[in-house]
Amino acid sequence: MRYFAFFILLMGLWLLFTFRVEADSLIVGGICAAVTTAIFGKYFQVRVRCLLEPARYFWAFLYLFIFSWECLKANLDVAYRVLHPKLPINPGIVKIKLNIQSDIGRAMLANSITMTPGTITVDIVEDHIFIHWIYVSTTDPEVYSKKICGRFETYIRRIFE
Amino acid sequence: MSTAYNIFLYLLIAMCFMCLYRVIKGPTIADRMVGIDIMGILVVGITAIIAVKTGQMFVLDIGIAWIILSFIATLTLAKYLGRNKLNE
Amino acid sequence: MNETIGLILISVGVLFDLFGCLGLVRFPDVYNRLQSATKCVTLGTWCILLGVFVCYGFTEIGVKALISIPLLFFAATVAAHSLARGAYHYGFRLWGKSAVDEYEKEVKQMEAGMDNTEGAASGDASGSA
Repeated sequence: MRYFAFFILLMGLWLLFTFRVEADSLIVGGICAAVTTAIFGKYFQVRVRCLLEPARYFWAFLYLFIFSWECLKANLDVAYRVLHPKLPINPGIVKIKLNIQSDIGRAMLANSITMTPGTITVDIVEDHIFIHWIYVSTTDPEVYSKKICGRFETYIRRIFE
Repeated sequence: MSTAYNIFLYLLIAMCFMCLYRVIKGPTIADRMVGIDIMGILVVGITAIIAVKTGQMFVLDIGIAWIILSFIATLTLAKYLGRNKLNE
Repeated sequence: MNETIGLILISVGVLFDLFGCLGLVRFPDVYNRLQSATKCVTLGTWCILLGVFVCYGFTEIGVKALISIPLLFFAATVAAHSLARGAYHYGFRLWGKSAVDEYEKEVKQMEAGMDNTEGAASGDASGSA
């Protein structure tokens, strides 16, 4: 079942890339998707039932807007720091405890943090995530965990768990 | 309309030269890698603008392939960095 | 009409690219350069691709530009943080005027563990899942 879902996903991606439905392109795509499924199918560790729940897609859609807004804010922030003649930066690496268990959720959270204002993920060690922060305004763990992770964690838990 | 696209292309190529400045000047090896990584993303923008200017769709295929190749190149270089140690 | 909106989006994208490259030239150390360059250049390229999509709608070019966006998201972010991790493990420390560094202790612990087992555990890139 899992392999079949992977095959369908790959085939959809192929159809989007080539963007035409003809016999030859369908045959080539089917062969490529089958070979890829045979080799890499065992790494596709997703419960198929989760892919079919509409609530997850709703939260993902909402998350997209929040993420875009944060991303835009991040860029204006970086533009301000770059154009300021004195370079107002105060960098440091901080450590935050993670509340998400699944691997894909953690990867998504790390990628989202990389795109939001002033933060970039450096490493994940067991239950802690290390973040390089361009302007360290506080050293209190409670405050900065909320400031960096808080806005995404609830949504990501609803989408991926 | 075409002149605007030409101006954008010249600007993007100037930005590539800024990255190249970082690659040549960069005091450490990691700075050079950052420059190369960013140049790979800029090239995708250049291919998108060429595609919209000429109306040829195959140019965007080059862009997609370029994203994947530059990603793999950067991962390999970063892995190499992580394995070795700085000799002081 | 569509072409005008697309042109505006493309010009915004080029502007953000310019900020990112300026940051790449001006900031003092590897991690800050990585910050400004990755964020700004990625969003700038997204804006350019969105502009292409708005110009052409759901044709072959538009759909290709649209599926480049998630591809670029994963490629750019994972590349950035593997580079940051690699640079830290290679031995480049933070800029002299930095505020805190809580990663140093962890890395020392990791290296001590690695010396005992002689390279058996060369931790893999965490975000490449």
